[in-house]
Amino acid sequence: MEWALALAAMLAVVAVVFVARPFLRDPSPASDRLDELAPEARRRLALAEERDRALAALKELEFDHRTGKVSDEDYRAQVGPLRRRAAEVLRALEHGEQARHERVPGQGERVP
Amino acid sequence: MAPLGRATLLLAFGLVAYALVAGSYAAWKRRRRLALSAQNALLAAFPTTLVAAVVLLVALGRRDLTFVYVWQHTSHKLPLGYALSAFWGGQEGSLLLWLLVLTGYAGLAVWLNRRSRELIAWTVPVFGLVATFFAFMLCFVSSPFSVQPAPVDGQGMVPSLQNPYMLAHPPLLYLGYVGLTVPFAFAMGALLSGRTDERWIVATRRWTLAAWMFLGVGQLIGSHWAYVEIGWGGYYAWDPVENAALMPWLAATAFLHSVMIQEKRGMLKVWNMVLVALAFNLSLFGTFLTRSGVIDSIHSFAKSPIGGWFLGFLALMIVLSVVLIRWRLPLLRTKTRLESLVSREATFLYNNLLLVALCLTILWGVLYPVLSEAVRGETRSVSKPYYNFFLHTFGLPLLLLMGLGPLVAWRRASLRSLGKTFLVPFAAAVVTGVALLALGFGSSWPGLLAYTFGAFVVASILLEFVRGRAAAGGVFRLIARNRRRYGGYVVHAAVVLLAIGIAGSSAYQTVRERTLRPGQSIEAAGYTLTYRGLAGVKGPNYTGFRALVAVSGHGERFRLTPGENFFPIEGQATEASIYHDPRSLGDVFTTAQIVKGDKIDLKVFVKPLINLIWAAGFLFVAGALIAMWPDAVEQRRLAARYAAGAAPAGI
Repeated sequence: MEWALALAAMLAVVAVVFVARPFLRDPSPASDRLDELAPEARRRLALAEERDRALAALKELEFDHRTGKVSDEDYRAQVGPLRRRAAEVLRALEHGEQARHERVPGQGERVP
Repeated sequence: MAPLGRATLLLAFGLVAYALVAGSYAAWKRRRRLALSAQNALLAAFPTTLVAAVVLLVALGRRDLTFVYVWQHTSHKLPLGYALSAFWGGQEGSLLLWLLVLTGYAGLAVWLNRRSRELIAWTVPVFGLVATFFAFMLCFVSSPFSVQPAPVDGQGMVPSLQNPYMLAHPPLLYLGYVGLTVPFAFAMGALLSGRTDERWIVATRRWTLAAWMFLGVGQLIGSHWAYVEIGWGGYYAWDPVENAALMPWLAATAFLHSVMIQEKRGMLKVWNMVLVALAFNLSLFGTFLTRSGVIDSIHSFAKSPIGGWFLGFLALMIVLSVVLIRWRLPLLRTKTRLESLVSREATFLYNNLLLVALCLTILWGVLYPVLSEAVRGETRSVSKPYYNFFLHTFGLPLLLLMGLGPLVAWRRASLRSLGKTFLVPFAAAVVTGVALLALGFGSSWPGLLAYTFGAFVVASILLEFVRGRAAAGGVFRLIARNRRRYGGYVVHAAVVLLAIGIAGSSAYQTVRERTLRPGQSIEAAGYTLTYRGLAGVKGPNYTGFRALVAVSGHGERFRLTPGENFFPIEGQATEASIYHDPRSLGDVFTTAQIVKGDKIDLKVFVKPLINLIWAAGFLFVAGALIAMWPDAVEQRRLAARYAAGAAPAGI
């Protein structure tokens, strides 16, 4: 009984020290502010997601065309807009153009 | 021992409650060190709960009957493996297993994504909330560490639970149920933090797949247990508790499909949040059904006063989910629209509608008897025809969609290209259907349709692999470049096997029953079963009899020994005897009951193709593992994407 309670007490002490560790390691930090993405970083993240989506869509279209799932006609109709959109997003990411940050052409989705 | 268990549970309760309260405050006030401290509390909760679990396991292994829980679920003669499996055989142990798995999952998921501080700061309190509820129940409502003066022997374990499958079925189900907390916590964390980008999906993708796989395999093992142990010749009875595991699996299946539309097209953000919340709340509902005893079924072994608490918590979580999704609607809305009703994303949408419709009709079937009794005081039951009707109505189109979906391109597909890609699978389906009709399989239309659609799906999957292999330059390269897609196809093949097995073993089964004296015979589907006499058996904690039955037919000769076991403490259990026919992939399943003297009542089921159901399980796991396997290229791409403010993708 006693050893059990001693073990429980030891566990409790270890747990409390572990929980208090951020305060013990850094008692007087220069900043205690939790990181958060700035609005600009959020816009870039949304663009990065859009870029990945556009590039993946292009890759998938090429593959489906090669396997015969997408006909030449369908391929020609889709590849142009997809390439344009990918290029626009890449340009927006590279140049950080405000107008393109706020509204992604082709997709028409407002960036949060 | 018991005080150590109680103390560690109290400590775990304190830690997760701290993670909830301090974590919420830290995330709200943007306090970095307090958020880290709350995160550490969540991490520390797992080893603490593990100590409590070890205490209970040791008590079960030693048959320490001073523990009320051990006394209720074991006896001195119960074999060690089953005594340890009593950990999840009763309510208190099951709740402890929930908390153990939850704190383990939460700790690992949070640790792997710790650099995404903004999202994790709000995810920790959500995990904390769920864990606090279970820790509270264990500390103050339903403790596994209640003690008493030691009685002479325990009450033993229900005989049907003394089966090797019970060593795996409940833990796998719990790994699935609890695993659905991970996507839920991250989704709610995303809503609370306003991080409604894809970060939460990236963080939980494999967790959701793993939970879904465990839930699926757990159900299959449970079905196999029911088949070999319960002795009624079936494997799924639409029992409310069986349904309770099926519903979150269906919701998670819908989510796994619809989340791809969000990743590929940026659509369905609200719908995905709804599905994650639905899957998690249905997993809570499943635990509630299993453990509260609210619905009387063979699974509801334990009845206790936890029902009210559970119902309250379930209501709280539903309200929380609805309020958060409603609050963040402006962030979740997208302007992207479906370009065509004939596109891959459209087939995923149809699939989602059918899965959710099936899920909700099952939910209504489970709830109706409870509501009827509560509101009108009438005892009503929803029986097999109701469920079978909706399974045929929604399940058969779902099967067909599994074949259609992979053949349709994203965005839009012209009728001409569809005609070309559908030609081979359509021909395979027509040939199969006509051949089966000619062979006399037209007696069951659902069965015939299942086989025909199955042929369509298999042909479409093979076509995808053949064409893809040619384009990618090899099967392994093909799978490696898109693991999720081709892993998904393997899972689809498993579902086809499952459908063929279910259709064959239910629509085309033969059942015969007859009272026999030694020397008498019974005929079933070309087999002759001759009863030779009775023999006694003795096990570690039971005695019993076996009927010796000689079987001949279809060029085979074998012996079956159905019977019954009698456990002195726990009672009686049927022992089915099954012959697996490798040629028909079916079974000859028998049960026997003594009528008088050596006269027995012999029941025979001949179930064609039933073994495909169990084989489907292996294929299902293989497909899920392929889909889950990490892709280094994708990991690097995601790491680069989130470099600005988040960590590389976690598990």
